[in-house]
Amino acid sequence: MSAFFANLLFTYQSLIYGLGINAILGLSMYVVLAIGQLSLGQAAFMGVGAYASSLLSVKLGLSFPVVLVAAAGVPAMLALLVSVPTLRLSGVYLAIATIGLGEVLRLFYVNWDYAGGALGLSGIPDRGGFFTIFGTLALLLAAAFAVGRSRIGRAMEAIREDEQAAGVMGIDVPRYKLAALVISAAIAGIAGAYNAHVTAFIAPGDYAFDNAVTILSYALLGGIGSPLGPVFGAFLLTALPELLRPLHDYRLVLNGLIIVSVVIFMPRGLFSWHMRRIGAAK
Amino acid sequence: MLGQQLLNGVVLGAVYALFALGFTLIFGVLGVINLTYGFYFSAGAFLALYFTQGLGISMMLALLLAGIVTGGIAVILDGLLLTPLRRAKAPELASLMVTLGATLFLYSLMSAYFGTDIRRLPPKVFTNVGFNWLGLHIETSQLLILVTMVVIVSGLGWLTQRTRMGLAIRALAENGTAAQLAGINAGAVTRIVSFLSGGIGGLAGVLIGMNYNAIEPYMGEQMMLKGFAVVIMGGLGNIRGALVAGLMLGVLETLTAGYIGSSLKDAVGFGLAVLTLWVRPVGLFGRATIKRA
Amino acid sequence: MTDALLEINHLGVRFGAVQALSDVSFRVEAGTIHGLIGPNGAGKTTAFNVISGLARQTSGQIRLAGVTLDQLPSYRRTRLGLARTFQNIRIFREMSVLENVLTGAHVQTGGSALDILLRLPRFRAAEREGVARARDILQLVGLESRAESGAGDLAYGDMRRLEIARALASNPKLLMLDEPAAGMNPSETQALRDLLLVLKKRGVTLLLVEHDMQFVMQLCEEITVLNFGALIAQGSPQEVRRDPQVIEAYLGTKTAHKLEQKS
Repeated sequence: MSAFFANLLFTYQSLIYGLGINAILGLSMYVVLAIGQLSLGQAAFMGVGAYASSLLSVKLGLSFPVVLVAAAGVPAMLALLVSVPTLRLSGVYLAIATIGLGEVLRLFYVNWDYAGGALGLSGIPDRGGFFTIFGTLALLLAAAFAVGRSRIGRAMEAIREDEQAAGVMGIDVPRYKLAALVISAAIAGIAGAYNAHVTAFIAPGDYAFDNAVTILSYALLGGIGSPLGPVFGAFLLTALPELLRPLHDYRLVLNGLIIVSVVIFMPRGLFSWHMRRIGAAK
Repeated sequence: MLGQQLLNGVVLGAVYALFALGFTLIFGVLGVINLTYGFYFSAGAFLALYFTQGLGISMMLALLLAGIVTGGIAVILDGLLLTPLRRAKAPELASLMVTLGATLFLYSLMSAYFGTDIRRLPPKVFTNVGFNWLGLHIETSQLLILVTMVVIVSGLGWLTQRTRMGLAIRALAENGTAAQLAGINAGAVTRIVSFLSGGIGGLAGVLIGMNYNAIEPYMGEQMMLKGFAVVIMGGLGNIRGALVAGLMLGVLETLTAGYIGSSLKDAVGFGLAVLTLWVRPVGLFGRATIKRA
Repeated sequence: MTDALLEINHLGVRFGAVQALSDVSFRVEAGTIHGLIGPNGAGKTTAFNVISGLARQTSGQIRLAGVTLDQLPSYRRTRLGLARTFQNIRIFREMSVLENVLTGAHVQTGGSALDILLRLPRFRAAEREGVARARDILQLVGLESRAESGAGDLAYGDMRRLEIARALASNPKLLMLDEPAAGMNPSETQALRDLLLVLKKRGVTLLLVEHDMQFVMQLCEEITVLNFGALIAQGSPQEVRRDPQVIEAYLGTKTAHKLEQKS
């Protein structure tokens, strides 16, 4: 059995890792969407996590847990910088402020010789792997459910539905928004670190606009009625193009089409099940 | 040297201003962030290429035609993507997401069809001729950019301030529900505004394509990033702000490239936009009417 | 005089060129039901929005139980004991009825983020307690049988009652109701009147905007009348009913004149 498992893992390694990493990215998107905000910087945050962690691994040889702290912390700081001024503004400001982030960071990486410049960074040690990635995914899912079924989850849903009314409930809306963005950036950063350490190579162009939109499509396709939606969405959109080669070439066309049709025809996504937001038995 | 830098900066800024003008017009009147706007820019450039190279039409006529066709595309896309959302009274961010998906779809389809190689206008179609004046050098395409910008801005000013249609547009921008109650045909105004902004976006694409003589599918995406910076700096939906901030960004980018380093040029806009959000979120000329939480 | 729960002093609100409220002062005494009335566009909802922190005044002060509210965001005002409903019902439609009430109890509900993540007994106990309290409130407004329904599926009158329940969940000192009886049938209105009297008995002070004059006159001890953003009358229902300015504002000069002749 375990030989079979090892064999499977070897053959489909990159697909299986991709499923887990993209599911984590889907969850990072979920955290923002669940509060009615839209960040288009998830790919950029992932990239910051990837670069921060890879540099620490390659240049300083730090241990993986330490590296992961930076992979979460650095993007979180960046999220603070970009999002604090938009908290009191309408949601479109955050979306446009984050949309340019990926491009600016790409320029930054390209010009940063220490980080490999335009060629990127290679020789990143092989760390993490199957159990780390899927263990993290499971932990994050459990946390998302625990939080969703508490006063915090109810406050987030209230903000998503009606910010003003949520404020009248005594909910500190800007603080919630800030926390959601920072946590989502940290999660994306961790996904970036995992990705960098299983692929051994990163380049400035890996975290561009297209990737940000793809991450959004995971969450929209799955729906945000529960944290499972974005995870299933990520599984589906990662596995399908790998299994059907013709889909692979038109992956971006398909992702774009999915976003358009889901928003117009299926605003609740494929998995429209709503989680109960109460943390105790009936 | 500085004079030449400033002139080039103003020309570049004129394109930014023109591009941002159409974008901010959509937001100001229709209240949506329409991300397909960047696609009109790419589409305009490709259409001009096709008109001149494929059909042998003159460059000036191609410029005009490209603007008209991209305006038409904008009307169709708005009808397909945003009208259903308006009808369903979908939340503000839904329109942003739907146009984001459409943008990804359109760009990737376009690059699948045309490839991502840079295309050029053949010399028989258009050649830049330089003029020298007071020690400054200006090219035909640069002149054309400045002239187009002046024509469009004054035309738009006349339309919105002096015509009945302009009154309807301003009424819709001010208060959608009240305008409709007062008998304004919101659908018609929406189509006109889409057409105008799509046309402006397309024209800007042709002009840039001509100026750098480089046309590729993703040129609109790059431009969109500048457009965002400009509208944040000028205040979302603020036309005067877009014009001033556009010119400012063009000049600052050129000076940065000239005196600091060309690699930093493209980061100027984003830096200024974030700075604006921190210091003065309503933009240079914004009124304090932003939605509060 | 000293136990006024809400004090409004010289409140003025301007939106651009429109003076929505000018120099409005009134006091709501603790333990009373206070009416705020006036024709359409008189500025009642603006006053509500400014008091609850959704809009800002351009001049004047607001004090709740002696605390100045002027610059506080709405969530801080809620924590000081203010709750409100909206004229155009703004319940959370994608949550259940019970979840709506629990959201209203946000400030009351305990449990730190760590308690929640680890699902500690402390957190579960707080949730159970919250649910029990929410069910009590639902029973009070007569919605206990709909606790598990989706809030968006409720009938109109039930949505209004849910909004009151949600506001009550924050344990307010002052409950502000914006047209609670709008769209209700006579028996629902009667039930609402009974509910408000029960709330008053429990010590909740009520500030009420309402168009149903009979409803207001029967319930309120004190009434403040606005017209075109200015205060035109104040007093007991009897006083207000006889005030010529009020009659004029409501009925127009001609009818007012006729009424005067009749009486």
